[in-house]
Amino acid sequence: MSSDLHSEPGVSPQAGAPTPRPETESEDRRHSLRPRRSRRRSRRWSLNPRNRPEVIGPLVLYLLFTLVPFYWMLVFAFRPTGSTAILPTHLTLEHFRTVWTGLGFGVFFRNSLLVGVATLVVVSVFALSGGYALARYGFRGRKLFLLALLCTQFIPGAMMLIPLFEIFRQLHLVNNLWALVIAETTFQLPLSLILMSGFIRNIPIDLEEAAWVDGCSRFRGFLAIVLPLLRPALVAVGSFAFIGSWNNFLFALMFMSDQSKFTIPVGLSYTLGEFDVDFGALAAGGVVAAVPVVLVFAVVQRYLVTGLSAGAVKG
Amino acid sequence: MTLAVARPEPTSRVSRARSGHSRRRTPYILIAPAAALMSVFLIYPIGSVVYYSLQRYNVTQPWDDAFVGLENFRTLLFHDPVFWSSLGFTAKWVGVEVGLQLVFGLGLALLVNESFIGRGFARALVFSPWAVSGVLTTGIWVLLYNPTTGIFRYLADVGIGHQGTAVLAEPSTVFPAVVITELWRGVPFFAILLLADLQSISGELYDAAAVDGAGRLQRFRYISLPHLRDVIVLATLLRAVWEFNNVDLLYTLTGGGPAQQTMTLPLYVAQKAIDAHDFGYGSALTVIAFVILLFFSILYLKVSKFGRGME
Repeated sequence: MSSDLHSEPGVSPQAGAPTPRPETESEDRRHSLRPRRSRRRSRRWSLNPRNRPEVIGPLVLYLLFTLVPFYWMLVFAFRPTGSTAILPTHLTLEHFRTVWTGLGFGVFFRNSLLVGVATLVVVSVFALSGGYALARYGFRGRKLFLLALLCTQFIPGAMMLIPLFEIFRQLHLVNNLWALVIAETTFQLPLSLILMSGFIRNIPIDLEEAAWVDGCSRFRGFLAIVLPLLRPALVAVGSFAFIGSWNNFLFALMFMSDQSKFTIPVGLSYTLGEFDVDFGALAAGGVVAAVPVVLVFAVVQRYLVTGLSAGAVKG
Repeated sequence: MTLAVARPEPTSRVSRARSGHSRRRTPYILIAPAAALMSVFLIYPIGSVVYYSLQRYNVTQPWDDAFVGLENFRTLLFHDPVFWSSLGFTAKWVGVEVGLQLVFGLGLALLVNESFIGRGFARALVFSPWAVSGVLTTGIWVLLYNPTTGIFRYLADVGIGHQGTAVLAEPSTVFPAVVITELWRGVPFFAILLLADLQSISGELYDAAAVDGAGRLQRFRYISLPHLRDVIVLATLLRAVWEFNNVDLLYTLTGGGPAQQTMTLPLYVAQKAIDAHDFGYGSALTVIAFVILLFFSILYLKVSKFGRGME
């Protein structure tokens, strides 16, 4: 989103075109791919070996802060009950059996997955269509719509609990997973629309125009030309939607009271709320909650930074 | 906060030949689904919450529902110490969290913007808590903090600190404990946004500055920082709103305790809504919280003169 705010009006959105990039950009990319070779080749100041310790030192400290909690969870999840070893020598899956069947995480996992995938699909489709309109058409009310999108970023989810509950009750959607899909989609859409319209704006319109001249309809042109170029954008927007939905807690807690409709975060919170918390089960539940997000994150993380800077800053 | 202005309509022969009527309708059809969802599930609820705030309305006591005017607000302002203490804690929570996240996020962004072997992997690792939910964060840190098998026990074994402190239950340690927990998850957000912006700075600028004899600190002060200004303002605001609204973590980690010490205003709303089913009073709290949020957001944007350099 930072990027959109940087794109100045009037600057032609040609950034997506294969124009020669500034030297640093391509060099940067090379570093991350083949650090060794570029190190030999480049004379940039940041590669000066002298500044390594002051970079590596704090970085290692920060990595410890990031990773020790994850490690702690893994240790608790895989070591047998009663063991206190920090370096587990004996691994067990007993805690996973407890949470998956005993505590119902199998059902919660399925629910979360359903809601996550449905949110992903709906958000992606709506963001594509709305983002295209915002990027390619000038129409009355466009400014107002954009302003509304930005304003929604200030609306707290917690404060929507009561009115949304009332709406879903009237629609008979309480204890229905669709309520979560709707609420999630509504809250994810504004940012997805802003991001997607930024990505679409970066695709030169000339490409589309060429297709129209060749007799393509606007829709065919979109499918044939724009959509394939939007694959990274779709991956990013879809992953954000999935992660946001997978992680949402309050909506599921408020709108789902039937245990068969709980999602993973709600299940996890009940494991936490037990008077005598079973740490092994809590950790195993945590691993179950983390795995899909970690997988999605592994796919999306390289778009996080480059996507944000490409989508917006370069525009 | 202008978004880039609309591309002028294509004026090629083909598109001009198309019927003007249907073309004018196309963008509205395209944004219709999003607009409809947002009006029904975002804008309408904001209006209805104002309506509920004027009611005595508890789902568990339907016989007692009635229009009470401003009674909820009177109770809230004059007879509810939890409201006032939650307001104070909210300010403290948002200020400390956002301030520390900005400092550490900036530091982290600068670190992983340097070139070193394995940088891509290091970035993925340090950014990973960004994807972790509030409840999972609570789960992880409860394991870490618990007095019997948590990290303090092992630290005590090697002579650091003492054993058996329940940091989340002690009034003296609960605040730093929750702050650190949220930092773990919050710093990557700043780092990601700031790094994205750092990468758009041309390396030639740094090279030129280096040739002129500027040290690392000077390059940061005179090149990076001015460039980052707008992103810092925006990220800080977004994060402040977000931390204000952050309920998941505190709801599960402390539940506002011990003794309401970590109760934020939105957490109070959530408890009224979810646990007490007191929708009327909860809505009144919501309205107040919303007004406060709006007021400070506008104030912040005005004071920081956001977007000054644009247009």
